[in-house]
Parts: sequence; C-alpha cells; structure tokens
Amino acid sequence: MSYQVVIGVEVHAQLRTQSKLFCSCRTIFGGSPNSQTCPVCLGMPGSLPVLNRMAVEMAVRVGHALNCTIRTDHYFARKNYFYPDLPKGYQISQYDEPICENGWLEIQPNESTKRIRIHRAHLEEDAGKSIHQPGRPESRVDLNRTGTPLLEIVTEPDMHSAEEVVAYLKALRDILLYLDVCDGNMEQGNLRCEPNISLRPSGETPLGTKVELKNINSFRFVREAIDYEVRRQTTVLSEGGTVHQETRLWDEAQEKTVVMRSKEEAHDYRYFPDPDLLPIHLEQTMIDDIRETLPELPSVRKQRFISTYQLPVGDAEVLTSSKSLADYFETCIKTFPSPKTVCNWVKGELLRELHTHDVAAHESALAPERLVKLLQLVEQGTISLKVAREIFTELYVSGKEPEALVQEKGLSQVSDDNALLEFIREVLVNNPAQVEQYKAGKETVLGFFVGQVMKASQGKANPGKVNTLLKTALSNES
Amino acid sequence: MAPALFKFSLKELQDLFTSGDIGALDIARSYLLRMSQVESKVKAYITVREREQILQEADTIDASLKQWRKTQPLMAMPLAIKDNICTHGTRTTCGSTMLEQFIPPYDATVVAACREQKFLLIGKTNLDEFGMGSSTEHSVFGPSRNPWNLNYIPGGSSGGSAAAVAADECVAALGTDTGGSIRQPAACCGVVGLKPTYGRVSRYGLVAFASSLDQIGPITKTVADAAMLLNVLAAHDPKDSTSSNCPAPDFMKSVKKKDVKKLTLGVPREFFSEGLDPDVEQHVREAIEVFQELGGTVKDVSLPSTEWAIAAYYIIATAEASSNLARYDGVKYGYRTKERKGLFDMYRQTRAEGFGAEVKRRVMLGTYALSSGYYDAYYAKAQSVRTLITRDFDAVFQEVDFLVTPVMPTTAFPLGEKLQDPLQMYLSDMYTISASLAGLPAISIPCGLSQAGLPVGLQLMGRPFEESTLLRAAYAYEQTTQWRKKRPPIR
Repeated sequence: MSYQVVIGVEVHAQLRTQSKLFCSCRTIFGGSPNSQTCPVCLGMPGSLPVLNRMAVEMAVRVGHALNCTIRTDHYFARKNYFYPDLPKGYQISQYDEPICENGWLEIQPNESTKRIRIHRAHLEEDAGKSIHQPGRPESRVDLNRTGTPLLEIVTEPDMHSAEEVVAYLKALRDILLYLDVCDGNMEQGNLRCEPNISLRPSGETPLGTKVELKNINSFRFVREAIDYEVRRQTTVLSEGGTVHQETRLWDEAQEKTVVMRSKEEAHDYRYFPDPDLLPIHLEQTMIDDIRETLPELPSVRKQRFISTYQLPVGDAEVLTSSKSLADYFETCIKTFPSPKTVCNWVKGELLRELHTHDVAAHESALAPERLVKLLQLVEQGTISLKVAREIFTELYVSGKEPEALVQEKGLSQVSDDNALLEFIREVLVNNPAQVEQYKAGKETVLGFFVGQVMKASQGKANPGKVNTLLKTALSNES
Repeated sequence: MAPALFKFSLKELQDLFTSGDIGALDIARSYLLRMSQVESKVKAYITVREREQILQEADTIDASLKQWRKTQPLMAMPLAIKDNICTHGTRTTCGSTMLEQFIPPYDATVVAACREQKFLLIGKTNLDEFGMGSSTEHSVFGPSRNPWNLNYIPGGSSGGSAAAVAADECVAALGTDTGGSIRQPAACCGVVGLKPTYGRVSRYGLVAFASSLDQIGPITKTVADAAMLLNVLAAHDPKDSTSSNCPAPDFMKSVKKKDVKKLTLGVPREFFSEGLDPDVEQHVREAIEVFQELGGTVKDVSLPSTEWAIAAYYIIATAEASSNLARYDGVKYGYRTKERKGLFDMYRQTRAEGFGAEVKRRVMLGTYALSSGYYDAYYAKAQSVRTLITRDFDAVFQEVDFLVTPVMPTTAFPLGEKLQDPLQMYLSDMYTISASLAGLPAISIPCGLSQAGLPVGLQLMGRPFEESTLLRAAYAYEQTTQWRKKRPPIR
C-alpha cells in the first residue's frame, strides 16, 4: 500500500521586542544566567504582568503578512503545568481566541506555487532553560529567556513532504525578517519548528494518527527528521502496526527520532482566562494603520525584481531571499544602474564572502558604495573583470578602497597602445606556427593570441584593445 | 508623654502630631508599651519589627521635623500590614510554612505609598494561610484572638489586622479582602473595614489568592480613618493591569457632616434569610431605622441570584488559587523539602509539607473545577452566575444608592468551633461574597454588641467606585450612634 504524508507545522518565532512580554527586562541573547530577570518574570509572590504593546503590534504585522483575520478582541489565558524552568507554574498564552486566524502563505517548493493555510497565530511567553550537567546529580535553571515574547504560528495539515515544509519555513522566515519582527535563526532558537506528521493510505481523506517532532535546530534537521519519521511510520504501517500519538525528539547524533512523551502522559493544561490581565481590545483603525506601514514582502519584491530589472526568476529569488540582500542590491543599482551586472556580483562574489564570514548583507564588511566603485573601475577599463574577481576577497577583508588597492598592487589595466603592441609583437614572434594558421584562414586562433597577451601582461592588458590591436597586427603580418 | 496615645484614632493622632504636641518617638514608645502588655494575649502579629528599628525610624522623623512641621497624613503613624502584602526587607509569610522565610526584595505598591509618607511599620499581621479562611485558625503560626473575648476567633482572613486595631496594637492596618476577609474580621472585632472597588487599589505586591477578587483595603478605628487611609491607597498603578484609571476623589470630604438626606438605601431580602442570628438581625434592623431617622429613604429590594453566590465563589476563587499557588514548587524561593528523590517527588513533598490542609483542599477543588471535561460545568457556569449577580446589583443600583445588610450571619464564634467543618466555616462569608464577585465597594462598621458582649457588624455596599457614598453614609451612622465608643475590655 502507498501512503500520503500529511504535515502541519507549529512555529515559535521569538519577537524582536526590546523588553519581555510582561515586564521590562531585556531580551538580549546570551547574558549570564538569571541576569535578565525581575520579580515579574521570576514569578515572585505578588508580582503582576503588564502587556508589552509592541509585541501585540508585531503580531498584527505578521497577521497581515500571512493574510490572517485579526481579532479586535482577544485575551490571554493561563496554561498550567509544572516545570522547573516555568517559574509561575503556568505559561501566559492564548487559547480559543488567538490574535490572528485563518490566513495563508504561498510557497514554491518546485517551480509550482502552493498555498499553505495558516490556522492561527497567537502570542505567548517563553519559558526559561533547564541546564543538565553531565555527571552531576542536580540541574540548573536559567530564567533569562523566561517571558520573552513568542508568536506561535500554526498551519493546517497542508504539506506533504519535507521539501514543502522547508519551503514553507524559508518563506515564513523571509517574511519575519522582512517585517523586522524576528531574527529567524533556528540554530539560536529564535525560530523553532515543530512538525506534526501523519500518514494515510493514498486516496483516503481521514487523517492518520499524528506524531509531533521537537528539538529541530536547523533547516537540514527539518529535512532529516521528517524524512526519518516518514520512513519510520511507513515501516510501522506496512508491517501492520499502529502509529501512536506521541511527541518525539529529533536526536541529531543518532539521526533518529525518539519518544519524548506519549498521549497518556500529555498534560491537562487547565486553560482559563488570566485574571491578572484585562481582555485586549484593538481599534480597527490601529489594525488598518499597521497594514499601511507593512514593508514590501518577499514574494511581491521578487516579482518586481523580475519585471523591473529583467532578472531571471532564479536570480530574483536569490536576491529577495533576504531583505538585507535585496536592500544591498537595490542600493547598488541606484548608483550603478546595470541590474544584471550587479546581480552577478551580489549573488556570486558577495554571497560567497557573506557565507564565509557568516554575516547578513547589511553587516557586510564591503558596503554597497565600495562594490559600486569596483564595478566602475571595471567599466572604465581601469581593471579587467578577471582582476576584479581576483582581488574581491582581499577587498572584502582589508576594508581598503578599491582604487587604493588597485594602485597599491599595480593592477591597473594596460591600455596604452605602444605598451600593448610590445606584448603583441613578442607573442607573434614566439608563435610563428599559429601565425601561419591564422593567415591560412583559421581565425579562431585569435583567442589563443589574446590569451597569450593577457598572460604576458600578467592579466593587466585591456582585452578589448588587445583584440583590436591583434587583428591589425596580424593583417600587417601578411 | 502620656502612654495612652494608643487610644487615639488615626485622625486624632495625626492632628496631635501635626500640632507638634507629640513627636514620633512618643507615638512609637506608646505603641511598643501597649504591645508589650497585650500582644502575648491577642497574638495579632506574625512578625513584630525590632523595637530598636522602630524607635530609630521615629527618631529620624522627629529629627527631620526640627526644620519644618508640614507633615503627610501617615507620617509617624504606626500601621500594621497583613502578612500577604510584600514588604521590602521584612519577611512576608502569608501564614504559611511555604513562605516562612520569604523576605521580599520589593515593596507592594501600597507599602511604597505608605513609606513615602514616612509611616511607622510596626509589623506583619496574622492571617489564614494565603488568605484562605474566616478565622485565622488556618495560620501555621497559630490563631489570633478576639480582643473582646480571647476564647473567640477574630474573624479572617485579615483577623490579625482587625485584632491589632481593636486591641490598640496599631492605629490602623491594611487588610485584604477576597470574599469578605476585611469586612468579616472587622465585624468580629468591632472596627471599621473597607473593601474598595476591585481595581481601586493596586494589587502589585499582594500575594495572590484569587486575582479577580483580591483587593487591599483599610481596617481602622473610625470611618474617617478609613477615608484617610484610602486616600493614600487609592491610585492607578501601571504595574497592575487591573488597576483602574478612575480618578480617586478626596475621601475625607465624605466624612465631614452627618448627611444621608437624598440617599436611598436598599434592604435586600435575601440577606435576611434563614441562618441569620436574631440578635444580629435586630441590630441591623435598628441600624436601618437610624438611617431612616437621619432622612434616608429605605426600600426593600431583591438580589435573586444571591443564593448561588457561595457556590460560584468557591469555584472561581479556588480555580484561580490552584493556578496562583502553582509557583510554590520548591525550585526558586520559599520552602523546599529535604526529600531529594527526583523532580516530581520534590514537587510533591514540598507542597505536601509546605501547605496546610485548607490550602490543599482549595487547590484540589480549583484544579478539579478547571479540569478538561469539567470546565464548562464548573468554572464557566460559575462565571455565568457571577455575571447574573453583577446584573442583579446593576438593576438594584438604578433604584437605590447603597445597600444595607449584615456582615455575617452570627457574631464571632469560639476558637475551634468550625475548624473541622469547612462548609460551616464557608457560610460565615455568605453576606460578603456577593460584593466580591461583583467587584463592588463595601464597608463594615460596628452596629452594636450581642448579648454575649461581642460586636455586630453592619455592611454597606455601593456602586463601583462610589466609596465616597459608603463613607458618607457610614460616617453619618457612626456619628449618630455611640458604638464607636465601645472598646474591648482587654488590658
């Protein structure tokens, strides 16, 4: 029997607010343990939460970008469970009236376009971290992260492969980055993904029993974990077994999923409205105003890059994959209006350096202005394309101005006729056989001569000029 | 200086202090003397601050006053604070093993407001554990005694605060009221207790029992004192999302003259039903006549949903409590068991050893009421009842300006009498719970002594944020009658 894979995804996106969701503690990642805490996020007796309005605004922004209906009236509920990194014994979350509902996001997993329905997105506070030290009997708790605002975004079970999930996550991450509401870094945990996976016999409608996967910290693991789980469930079903409803952890060392808790161990969270917080009412005008201030979203920007700059789909996709990269590109073409040329440099040399140094385009050591200067040097014929490529890494790392570096290294292109003719004469003298071939009508040998001249000039000869001068010189030979 | 300063009301003491006739040290010494005489009998306090500390604070106030004499209302006034209100640097136990050693690193907003006026914090008063009870018998530190008869309960849960005021162990106190915990002990001890409108006073720093019901308020010797203290407490607090923006008037303006003319008072028949002690009923009826004589119009009214109030209250309050008390898990602060067999054993043992029987009973009730499959039948239903009760009041307040009822069906009962019967204990709150559910202001004032010589309390309930109407009516009644002059016999 063949099975269809059905996947829905829960994403927890950490919102980039200055302070936590219900107190004024900082949200910076990596402080010393328990340094970013106060009576409120520590759950001290008598402390009370006060809602961070910025988090609500960010949720509304995301809701608009995901084409959701945004509730004017909603409320926070308490989700009750005991855990050492949950200081109040409950998490403040949203339950049956989430702030955003019923949206969709388009993805392009393999050339075709597909719409993934968004079931809901709601605000909640993050828990702290339990730190288990190997070989020690006790565990420690760091509550710096406690109370950090999260937006939990839940899809309908609309995906059918790991590829679709990855495409969804990338599209979602791009949107969150464009909206400037989340750092979108899975490794750092500010974007966390929990797929729910089930299988059903092909052609049937009822959903199979689902398994939730946790502890997936990169796009690569998303793919591996889902593929593993699909194989595991397929084997179970093919052998006549039953898939159990449970939560499983991705074990990246063993490259498999392992049981975390079964359905029987699932908590009864005893949700009820948090009496410490008043119900929230948003004015429709405020919701509409936020829509007006939304930036151009990645899918729209991609289309614009294709139509306005005549870029191929693939190039437009690469450039708009991050807001920062697309901004970089557009800054360059303001002063160097040759989109295709700039595109080649940005997606080639620049991206290579960005990857090497693991930074985003807006953090690039080579600012757009300096890249443009380099391109202008090529266009003016001061240096050859080849030289420009060769010095790119040094330019990036050294932080020097392109002109200064070219001068310092003596790389200016030789365009002087006399100097070039010197090289040409030398080449023709040294290669009489090829000269004969050319004379005999084999004009393709011209390329060989150009190459030789470039080599003799250590790449500094202006290839265009060399071409013209060579032709003249060769015709003079006869 | 005369050691009898402790006999004065807050307003009288403040007048004396402002006039310069007495200093803060005189006040402090007088109260310390009084406490040395009666505290061992009344046991109103869980923690009394160090004598030297109090004297030193008083000395500092006097020294600063050599340069100027303009004082703030609470300056040098010796106050007691219920031990579920956080005081920076002074332990806040909630009457529980769980927080026996807990010293808050912050002040409740109301405490900060008192400190700003340079009040004298005498100590932290006894209560039923986490405010759960009506007699202070559910305190791990043992019960407080009623100054009118040491074999009787002082009421609860703010029994320590009410007993301390009645026994002159402080000039006024802060209590907290969830279902009657200010009004009922005030009635038991023959003092004034005001539960403000929900949202009138910040809850920041009040250790939560039931968040949608808890409210801090004054327990005082006179109505004017309650107004004076409420002036300090009532303010919007950005740290409490449920604190109201409704501006607070000067409540002292309500206690200037005996005037209830043009006021209509309602007498809800459901509050004079079966179970009401005839002795208590007679005093309340007489009080209603006094209002009539003063020119008030009396109307019989009905609050038909009253009979469901106790049931709704014990679901909502316990549900919220089950969640509010989840934080006491032995991980971060407070009590932790010596048992170290693993995380869940640690939780279980910590809570088994750290909480008393009544707290456990309510946490279990509340957990059950919120459980999957029972939520609609209990919690959701109770919330509907709460809405009905609020609507009853809304309708009645179209016709009347305030309501007059007994505070509790009996007077204070003997220690131990209801300890083994939680339901009987719960019934002593039957007249106070409705105002709590509806979030209304309500005041308890003395209206007589029973044949056994125990105080009887009169409850006035008003429209939201109309504490001034209650204070005005209560003041008129207090000044017309002589009950305020009755003092407990304790020496």
